[in-house]
Amino acid sequence: MKQAAKVSVFLLCLAPFAWLVTRALTGRLGINPVEDLELTTGIWALRFLVLTLAVTPVRRLTGWNRLIQYRRMLGLFTFFYACVHFAVYVGVDQFFAWNLIVKDVVKRPFITMGFTAFVLMIPLALTSTKGWIRRLGRKWQLLHRLIYISGVCAAVHYLWKVKVIIGSPVYYATAIAVLLAFRVLWFLRASKPLKAHRVTA
Amino acid sequence: MILKRDPGISASEITDERLYVRRREFMRIAGGAAVLAAAAPLLACSDEPVGAAGAADGMFGAPNLPLTGYKERAVTVDEKLNTFEEITGYNNFYEFGTGKDDPKRYSGGLKTSPWTIKIDGLCNKPADYHIDDLIQANQLEERIYRMRCVEAWSMVVPWIGVPLSKIIERAEPTSKATFIQFTTLLRPSQMPGQSTSSLEWPYVEGLRMDEAKHPLTILAVGMYGKTLMNQNGAPIRLVVPWKYGFKGIKSIVRIRFVDKQPDTSWSLSNPQEYGFYSNVNPSVDHPRWTQARERRIGTFIPRPTLMFNGYADQVASMYAGMDLRRYY
Repeated sequence: MKQAAKVSVFLLCLAPFAWLVTRALTGRLGINPVEDLELTTGIWALRFLVLTLAVTPVRRLTGWNRLIQYRRMLGLFTFFYACVHFAVYVGVDQFFAWNLIVKDVVKRPFITMGFTAFVLMIPLALTSTKGWIRRLGRKWQLLHRLIYISGVCAAVHYLWKVKVIIGSPVYYATAIAVLLAFRVLWFLRASKPLKAHRVTA
Repeated sequence: MILKRDPGISASEITDERLYVRRREFMRIAGGAAVLAAAAPLLACSDEPVGAAGAADGMFGAPNLPLTGYKERAVTVDEKLNTFEEITGYNNFYEFGTGKDDPKRYSGGLKTSPWTIKIDGLCNKPADYHIDDLIQANQLEERIYRMRCVEAWSMVVPWIGVPLSKIIERAEPTSKATFIQFTTLLRPSQMPGQSTSSLEWPYVEGLRMDEAKHPLTILAVGMYGKTLMNQNGAPIRLVVPWKYGFKGIKSIVRIRFVDKQPDTSWSLSNPQEYGFYSNVNPSVDHPRWTQARERRIGTFIPRPTLMFNGYADQVASMYAGMDLRRYY
């Protein structure tokens, strides 16, 4: 039963990719197909990032603890869509012109942001196995807080890409900001009693 | 300056596309579409060769009607034209939304007939013109121009229009008129994007007087042998082929002669990124992306962007001695 649920969620997460491939193979991408591929994969990476960041707040607010079982899968799908997004940029948009890509990453702030968001996800994906979780112990959690920085970079990447800041880039940035605000709130609450204790002592 | 007609095209895509377009007209006639009733006289003469029949009155207000009697390929480029579907399906027209397919999707409700254009400011003959009085059919020319968007994509578009200089002559601007300002229709009920704050409305653009009088600068009323579709700026829009696409203001309702450089919509929205001149210039990058290359819609590998979008021979002298890094 549990396995069936996981398989269903997995297939559901893969569906946007399958649909994109179908559109690409049947010539149903937009009039600017490169832009369509880039935008679609980027948006899905952002969506999965929001879902991943939402797991813990939703779990704590609702007490629906089973959700934690899906966090790793959602995180890895974020990385998957980010990989496809990056691959489209490198292979289809820039056509492997590495000198231009390096220039872009260094000179264009919105590309610097996107690249940083992507690179920060790599260690997280690599250490997502049970073995690494065990080996790193408490350090694992610390390391995986990199997703917060990655999230901020991804949101800024989209905000800086568009000509006028309106609509969907604002919605994603807001969602990510709210989800990170929960962490800040919890952090402040967790450190408060300690301080209070010290004062009374 | 001579605008050469390129003799190199004999059996090009242009002919094919026109046949293609005409086949659609035929389909429409056969199908007895609603437009038939309104435009019966126009459609009746559409079987005659282009150039034989004069354009009838009252035609520019409605989109997608066949135009005839214009001078074919008055100016052209030896490059493959973008298709009608590409040119009408991938647009920046923020009055209808910021997505590239928003204009096609949401511009259908815009009513362009009747259409009045106010010409005023520093001129001897200010007037409100009905579009059919302003645009004289015998002055219509087909201009096949490259269109380079500031977002680093480009197209080749067969516009039909009149040189802006002809309109300027009729208005008789005074010697004080050094700039010209254009304004787009403000009608949020039919232009849903105007209910958002993506830009300040109405959209405003401007040209220096010599740029406005330049023979390459046109007011377009048609494209691919037909009146403009709403998403392309119906019923009348500016086309300045050596400048980034956003200078080509759409759905114009006012042309005003002024003595100061007008504030334009994009330079108001973000003065660091968009200047008044906005000449296509591969050596001056947009702060956030390179302008050295562009992707031609319909092709895959980016191509180098040309100085003044390839019109340097005709227009560069207007900017002699100007620091184009400063006046971007």
